Amino acid sequence: MKNLFREFLKGIIKENPTFVLALGLCPTLAVSVSLINGLGMGIAATFVLLGSNIIIALIKNTIPERVRIPCYIVVIATFVTITELIMKAYSPALNRSLGIYVPLIVVNCIVLGRAEAYASKNTAVNSFFDGLGMGVGFTLALLLISGIREFLGTGKLFNHILFKGFEPAFVFGMPSGALLIIGLLLGSFNLLKNKKT
Amino acid sequence: MKNKLVVSVSPHLHNNESVSKIMWMVVLSLIPAGFAGVFIFGASALRVIVLGIVSALFAEVVLQVITKRKISVLDGSAFITGLLLAYNLPPNAPFWLPIIGSFFSIAIGKQIFGGLGQNIFNPALAGRVFLMASWPKYMTTFAVPLRAGIGLVKPIAYDAITSATPLTALREGKILEHISYLNLFLGKRGGCIGEVCILALLLGAAFLFIKGYISWHIPLTYILTVGAFTYIFGPHGLLSGDWLFHILSGGLILGAFFMATDYVTSPLTRKGQLVFGIGCGIINAVIRLWGGYPEGVSYAILMMNAATPIIDRYTKNRIYGIKV
Repeated sequence: MKNLFREFLKGIIKENPTFVLALGLCPTLAVSVSLINGLGMGIAATFVLLGSNIIIALIKNTIPERVRIPCYIVVIATFVTITELIMKAYSPALNRSLGIYVPLIVVNCIVLGRAEAYASKNTAVNSFFDGLGMGVGFTLALLLISGIREFLGTGKLFNHILFKGFEPAFVFGMPSGALLIIGLLLGSFNLLKNKKT
Repeated sequence: MKNKLVVSVSPHLHNNESVSKIMWMVVLSLIPAGFAGVFIFGASALRVIVLGIVSALFAEVVLQVITKRKISVLDGSAFITGLLLAYNLPPNAPFWLPIIGSFFSIAIGKQIFGGLGQNIFNPALAGRVFLMASWPKYMTTFAVPLRAGIGLVKPIAYDAITSATPLTALREGKILEHISYLNLFLGKRGGCIGEVCILALLLGAAFLFIKGYISWHIPLTYILTVGAFTYIFGPHGLLSGDWLFHILSGGLILGAFFMATDYVTSPLTRKGQLVFGIGCGIINAVIRLWGGYPEGVSYAILMMNAATPIIDRYTKNRIYGIKV
């Protein structure tokens, strides 16, 4: 049990997919304009990660070595399609604001990376916790980035104005602001990591 | 006897220059433009300049203390950054604009790369572009000049009136009859604090030339390229452009002499500097003629800053006649 908890925990700080492994930066940069978008993207990716990790861990012995990547993609695409259809049915507004980045979860490096590096070598239970940890880590990273960007770029959090008279800096709503924030956060994560060791 | 001999490697020439002395000389050369700006726009321009400098110095000290580097705030480089940033702001900017801009310039533009000499981009321009992308509203409303350049006083009844800069007026297709070349030259126009009075800028630039701190290669090619380009691609067909207007308006003179020539972010060799100047000129003219902004000095210089390492690589001097 302790072991499983460790599998879950490593995705949040020690191997955080965004800040430490630097995976999945493309959707991170693109959708982290507002907290709602960040949360939606995080949950969608977590769901896909969980599903694909479990299925791939279960069928890993029957997949031929040479075509394993196409097989992973098929499994991942299935879950992405499920996610997209659910999102379209129950929260079309979120689906509209995330746009192309929902179907693009198929090629999200985190999902494929965990399938290749973890699920194809471990049991389904371990893979479930690994996927959960990575998904939560990704979601937290997205929330952090999109929270900073939404506040600095529009002066709001979850669409609520916090202070009166705050002059939002439009640059943080733009891609350049996203790169700036992610760069600074990556740098601070590295600083913290180097201090510990 | 043995200990009294100092053995050092060549070069043995010494000319009593130092980084900090050059920096303070550049500050000195920028003072006339500052005086002109304050004279033309009034006390609010002085406030912006002082805030810009003080917060740049403060940011430098704070960041060097935090990162435990040697405190080099008196070498003049942070002072120049703050000064140049303030020169690039409208005189009626709110008080927090130069403060945030200076912090960004020093922190993201310079210290994050490792301090003076390590930065890729001109810090003052990085700060300006950040402010421009963040608060375009405050960066593009310009106060009308209080006084008509040097000597003439034009009384104004209101606290502040805003007007378009000549380049913005040009972009919006307004007629520019009321702006003469003389007014552009002396600074009777809307614009940023330090860019309006060409006379004062040229005074400072001449000082730097005579002292040998800047060479003609970047500024001259830059300005001539803008002139030639805007003349060739004029509004009424080829070879019909108003090249003198384009040279005298906007921040071209300030940018070409004082910001494109920054030692750290421009190429090392003469050949490279020519490429740099021409590149700046082309980008600048293209932005002015067909781009989304009326003015492109900061973007042109920053883009060529990014290209500087590659220019340096391909314009190495031949050493002892051997092709490298």
